[in-house]
Amino acid sequence: MQISTHASTTHAIVKAASQVILGKEQQIKLSLACLLAGGHLLIEDLPGMGKTTLAHTLAQVLGLGFRRAQFTSDLLPADIIGVSIYDRAISAFQFHAGPIFTNVLLADEINRATPKAQSALLEAMEEQQITVDGATHPLPKPFFVIATQNPKHHIGTFPLPESQLDRFLMRISLGYPDAESERALLKNQGGRGTNPQAVCNAETLQQLQQAALSVHVSDQLLDYLQALIQYTRMQLATGLSPRAGLGLRQCAQAWAMLEGRDFVIPEDVQAVFASVVGHRLQTQDSNIAKLILDHVAIP
Amino acid sequence: MKSLAAKPTLTPVLTPTQLIWLMASLGLALATHVLNLPIWVTIASAFFGAWRFAAIKNPRLMPNRWLLVLLSVLMGLGLLLTTGQFGRDASLSLLVLMTALKLLETKKLRDYMLTLMLGYFLVGNLFLFNQSMATFGLSIPPLILLTATLINISLKTPQSFVFIAKLAAKLLLQSVPVMLILFVLFPRIPGPLWGIPQDAFSGMTGLGDSLQFGNISQLTQNSSIAFRVQFQGTTPANKQLYWRGPVLWHQDGRQWLSPSQNIGLAPETLTTQGAPIRYTITLEPHNRLWLLMLDMPSIIPPEAKLSHDYSVLASAPVRTRIRYSGESFTTYKLGETLNERERILSLQITEGENPRTIQLGQSLQHLSPQEKINAALTMFRQQPFIYTLKPPIAGENPVDDFLFNTKKGFCEHYAASFVYLMRAAGLPARIVTGYQGGELNPNGNYLIVRQSDAHAWAEVWLQGEGWVRVDPTAAVSPERVEQGIGDALRDSDALPLMSRHDFPLLKKALLNWDSINNGWNQWVLGYDDKKQLEFLSKLSGKNLKESDLVFWMMGAIVLVMLATSYFLFKQSKPKLNAAQQLYTQYLRKLKPLNLVPNSNEGAHDFALRVTAQLPQQEHAIMAIAEHFNALQYSQNTNNGALEALTKLIKNFNPK
Repeated sequence: MQISTHASTTHAIVKAASQVILGKEQQIKLSLACLLAGGHLLIEDLPGMGKTTLAHTLAQVLGLGFRRAQFTSDLLPADIIGVSIYDRAISAFQFHAGPIFTNVLLADEINRATPKAQSALLEAMEEQQITVDGATHPLPKPFFVIATQNPKHHIGTFPLPESQLDRFLMRISLGYPDAESERALLKNQGGRGTNPQAVCNAETLQQLQQAALSVHVSDQLLDYLQALIQYTRMQLATGLSPRAGLGLRQCAQAWAMLEGRDFVIPEDVQAVFASVVGHRLQTQDSNIAKLILDHVAIP
Repeated sequence: MKSLAAKPTLTPVLTPTQLIWLMASLGLALATHVLNLPIWVTIASAFFGAWRFAAIKNPRLMPNRWLLVLLSVLMGLGLLLTTGQFGRDASLSLLVLMTALKLLETKKLRDYMLTLMLGYFLVGNLFLFNQSMATFGLSIPPLILLTATLINISLKTPQSFVFIAKLAAKLLLQSVPVMLILFVLFPRIPGPLWGIPQDAFSGMTGLGDSLQFGNISQLTQNSSIAFRVQFQGTTPANKQLYWRGPVLWHQDGRQWLSPSQNIGLAPETLTTQGAPIRYTITLEPHNRLWLLMLDMPSIIPPEAKLSHDYSVLASAPVRTRIRYSGESFTTYKLGETLNERERILSLQITEGENPRTIQLGQSLQHLSPQEKINAALTMFRQQPFIYTLKPPIAGENPVDDFLFNTKKGFCEHYAASFVYLMRAAGLPARIVTGYQGGELNPNGNYLIVRQSDAHAWAEVWLQGEGWVRVDPTAAVSPERVEQGIGDALRDSDALPLMSRHDFPLLKKALLNWDSINNGWNQWVLGYDDKKQLEFLSKLSGKNLKESDLVFWMMGAIVLVMLATSYFLFKQSKPKLNAAQQLYTQYLRKLKPLNLVPNSNEGAHDFALRVTAQLPQQEHAIMAIAEHFNALQYSQNTNNGALEALTKLIKNFNPK
């Protein structure tokens, strides 16, 4: 398939999702880029900003299975993964799959769960499979976790440690809608009520993921990527990990595809940089990604 | 920006590895000084170092402030007790001790750097003791290690020792051009740069201003170089090489003394014959006034004085290596008339001593002067006199003892006894001390005269001929004067290596080494204000003044800096490819409109910004950005794209 075909598909996806999430095209594109790069997404925002709606809509538009797990402090790993129950009829333990067996899992308010439950999920994210009672169960393909968390209210939460934050390819936040979108929303256009059409399916999505990986990255651009990574290592207490660098490249590739190009340009890197890097740099400065971009020249 | 700036650039807490680096480099710097320090200073410093080393593992061992103060006071007292004069040696000891103590309070980076700089200073101090090439070589390893330590503490990621040492050596090498420029061009001030304390010269050896039995044979054990001579034309024969030093007139018991300078005698007259011998001497410092010259000097260096008896004297003790030129005649008549005062002085002997010699002298009194001399020399030749470096210790009447009893002696015994005997016989005589002979170094064709060539001979005054040189040693051991001391004393005595003939290969190697050293002395250490002007004037073909030097130096430094910055600039600016060159042309067209891309602005973003200002050209601008990006970043670039971009940019006109 040509890049133009991919571009029209992705364009249709973004367009369909934009009819539900009004005025957030950039965030939709970023989320899509994250999924195309095969990564998991962390959405950080206040309640009621449309986090769940975004996750749900993406699953619907992409034609994927969607399950939701509400994370609470008494959530047990078995509540996500599933549990083996003794079945009298066959006189054996029978595995009852948990909500994780789906394409898109929405892990709502992930930081409310105990570390034990969190790590059960994060293991599955990394391995793309789960093991219960010695039996390994592969997860459906594709498998994404879209986790949400509330950054402001920390009472009774277990913030994700850095090592686990690193498992999320991107972190985005939605923010308040602009006046026009707000108005439309208030007029009952868009939002939860609309039921968007699926413009894609699991198979096509996997093809798109393959295509994103083959977007060309020139040596020149790799120079730029390395300059950015090196700058964080020189200037900050902890710089970007190699995994972060790889993620950055993959996201830039996906973004270039969304833009209809079969090669990556520096602007693609800049577009995804803040979302890929923001949660990995241990700093209180929310503006850090922009500062780094400002200080590193394009070779 | 806050969080970016907040990161400290250097490690605040010192790691054990860093401390060990520091201790190793300071240890090496200290090791180069061991011979210049009292032994207890070395031991104390090593002890403080070991203490600090132990404290790496166990920080509780670090001394507190009061203990440090106490230690400093103790060390200061120790120095006061062991070194009399507060000069160069004591200062160095103080520096070494305080550096070692500083190590004991090095906890922070600031102390670390300070201690490291003290290490550099310690290495620099080496040159207060010696400026030879060997010292220069000795200073290199500690300099490299100190620089490596400096590099090590500035590194963010640990590197191997070899890598750091190589980098340090490279850094030092890179400083060579600037060093050379400063060396050649930095204006020299006449004389030494700073006053070195007196004690720095106490170890210098050379001829004394008095003669006693035994003091020249002692000097003969020393193979260090007294001076080097370069002749213009052929080198005279060995037996003509009498290097004149102080002339001794006054006999006082066991010793012979030079008359004090204000003795008030008129200069002796000199008439010369034959061709003059011209030469240049490089004299090693000996902390005395003598400037040695070939018998008999006719032209002396302009800043020197000629004494009435034709010793050449400098105006101040020779404490740095100096170079001077002169002219001498080997055929001459000196002091044809002898005034009454001179006669009295040259016949003086202490009464009541050496009765047998006086008796012998009186028995010769009826003879003619020439017969007196012959009689004495015949005595030396025919009786079993032995020329030896290890004469027996003389008794109460040393001349009697030597002439009639032991008959074993060195040149000073022969010269002094001969003069004594001549005076007793009524013939005016005096002792001349200096050097005899020398060794020709075939590499570089110059003569090396060593302390072991020190010699004493006699001069007697004959009517109508003036002062005539008589060398009684030649009567006993003609080889001493014909070939040199190495032949005269072949197996019997322990001569220093350089004067012996046993190891020809080793000797040849040492001669080669000396000719290198001679070059170092002439061109590096001897490069003073005069030589500098001379050299640079020759180089530029103009007569330079000192103020010109500053100009030249500044010019040369600016030149080096420009060259360096050009090199760095070139390195930092990679070569542009075809697309980038075209794009630069395009940017030049936009510059008048104040449209300049930021360093972090890609072609696409920039195009969007330009379009906002030049909406009617949107198509061309976006096409340029697209083509440029495709050429820069895409996989399948064909020549068509480059041509298209060329065309687009050529046709682009922002107005």
